[in-house]
Amino acid sequence: MKFYDVTDLAVRNLRESIFRNSLTTIGISVGVASLVAMLSLGIGLQQLASRRLQKSGLFDTVVVTSRRDIRNFREQREDGPAPAESPALDESARQRIAQLPGVTEAYPDIRFVTELRFDGKPHLTMVAGIPFSARNNSDAFDGIQGRFFSSDAASEVILQKAFAEELQGIRSKPGSDDTSIAELAKALLGKELTMRYAERTTPSSNSSSATAGGPEPGGESRDTAYSVISREQALKIVGVTDLDPDSMRGTARARVFLPLKLAQNLHVMQTGARDVSLSPSGAPSYNSLSVRVKNPNQVPDVEEAIKKMGFGAFSLVDATRSMRQFFAVLDGFLAIFGSLALAVASIGIVNTLVMAILERRREIGIMKAIGASDADVRRLFFAEAGAMGLVGGTVGVTLGWVIGRLINFGTNVYLERQHFPPTQIWSVPLWLVFGAIGFSLIVSLVSGLYPASRAARLDPVQALRYE
Amino acid sequence: MRAVDGISIDIRAGEFVALLGASGSGKSSLLNLVAGLDRPTSGAVIIHGSNLASLSREELAKYRLHTVGMVFQSFNLIPSMSLLENVELPMRFAEVDRGERSSRARQALERVGLSGRLAHRPMELSGGEQQRASLARALINRPKLLLADEPTGNLDSRTGTEIMELIRSFNQSLGMTVLMVTHEQALAERYAARMVHLADGRLLGDVSRDDASENAASRGEDEPRIQNEVDEIVPDISPGPRGETR
Repeated sequence: MKFYDVTDLAVRNLRESIFRNSLTTIGISVGVASLVAMLSLGIGLQQLASRRLQKSGLFDTVVVTSRRDIRNFREQREDGPAPAESPALDESARQRIAQLPGVTEAYPDIRFVTELRFDGKPHLTMVAGIPFSARNNSDAFDGIQGRFFSSDAASEVILQKAFAEELQGIRSKPGSDDTSIAELAKALLGKELTMRYAERTTPSSNSSSATAGGPEPGGESRDTAYSVISREQALKIVGVTDLDPDSMRGTARARVFLPLKLAQNLHVMQTGARDVSLSPSGAPSYNSLSVRVKNPNQVPDVEEAIKKMGFGAFSLVDATRSMRQFFAVLDGFLAIFGSLALAVASIGIVNTLVMAILERRREIGIMKAIGASDADVRRLFFAEAGAMGLVGGTVGVTLGWVIGRLINFGTNVYLERQHFPPTQIWSVPLWLVFGAIGFSLIVSLVSGLYPASRAARLDPVQALRYE
Repeated sequence: MRAVDGISIDIRAGEFVALLGASGSGKSSLLNLVAGLDRPTSGAVIIHGSNLASLSREELAKYRLHTVGMVFQSFNLIPSMSLLENVELPMRFAEVDRGERSSRARQALERVGLSGRLAHRPMELSGGEQQRASLARALINRPKLLLADEPTGNLDSRTGTEIMELIRSFNQSLGMTVLMVTHEQALAERYAARMVHLADGRLLGDVSRDDASENAASRGEDEPRIQNEVDEIVPDISPGPRGETR
């Protein structure tokens, strides 16, 4: 029998007992829906976690330090040049690192403790430079009140919530969440504060040229001479962020954020053993660089390449691998629980088809008497099981999608009540849609195996006698 | 228990043979053996040179599809299908193209006088109409052998006569071999050229209307041949010299 005829007869037969077959199909739908809902939740949570982790910069960032730095003396044990011979972490090194394959950007970490005056009162705090790209790829500014910097060198500042409270003389107890960030921002946005800082300047230009011809670049004498000038910089408050200053993120330990370019241009004397904010040649030199990598998988390669260049490098890449492992196990468990309903539904298919064989015993006998082969009868019952699986799978995926939407909606309503930003905890990728329908089809066909072969083996003489 | 025991008959192509006997005489069992619906425990059923007893299930299905057409006492149309669909069904199994299927089914139903009933379901028709549709279905794959199991059993005498006339016309105009099971002696005498009497699964008598003294036709011209061995020690299932008449 041709495929068209098998399908046509199967659909016709299913329509004949529409009520019973619909109930069976609904059973399959519920099974598929639970599977889809469970897996979409697992996938959604995984995506949420990896999105957060990716944005946190913990897993796609390599921190590069100069091995000449006294803090890296312990790394002397490793391969590579000794600290004294290792290259300087300056602008040209930054550019070379930025051009490594897989690297999206490399920027210096600029952080210093300084005094900020607001309303005539001094406040001492840590200030950090933030690259302009952080606007898009960091979640630190997700809940920002106000806006991000208008440009990479604007005289603007973003405050951390705790510092904003300090400026207004509010003392919040640790862990309490009584002051709304919106209220804090209202009073501060657009106002100015003054930053007093120590600028490190190079000696006069002729002394710079003199050192260039002197000892080998990178020698100790190179940055021995510099002067410190006290300066002031007016900064406009453009944003207040909820970011936790004690989070793992390096730059986040600061409570005040400047645009990175501005911070670089100010040549603030930074804390650190060598204090190499500016080399005598005029090219800036850095304590450390943050290197962002396109994909966390590329982090080990980039790290290796940087180490080969003679710098110290470290990353937290292993954490993403274990996270993926965790979610693979979680998804597996969710899939097993989701499949339980489908397993029950498959028993429903067997039951329905066995009932259909009993009911249509005589019909099977007639078909055999007029020339249907065992294979024709088997295919017919197989097609009926398959059709129920296909329809049940499609309806189930739709149902699962709706359930997922509802869970997501409910979660977001709850989050909103708790003053959290809405989030997507649920995701139905295309592979899940087709995978679930395919799985439902396969389960149905397997369920149809026994009834189909039983129908095929019916003795036509016995079947024709059946009333 | 042996339903058919020690029966050996030869039937020539184009013959109209009636199998007569009381209930339980084994006539339907014999018909099922010829139809390829059942297999003999021993002996042979040789149709066109091939022994049905040695065919596989698939080969038997093919045989039923292409060589045999069956008509039953209870019509056995599929109730959920229209007449047209019922008649088309054997052609679905034979993988006939959809377009050809429809036109052939219409023609067949027209031939049995049901052209106005194509879309009706069997339950909406009289017994006579159902049996005519069943005849149309039996003939749709142009079989060589028409097997009828009490075709008039559920019909009144007038309708029964109509059906028998149709069967006779197929036998005469198409040269189709007919093997009909009936318990009505009069009906058999009127339409069949040969009457085979069975009782308790055994052959009682085999009478040709043309020549009552002659017992069956010569083997060389036979088409279906049935040998059901009483004694399995003497298996004689090898076909004799076959002269196919079609």
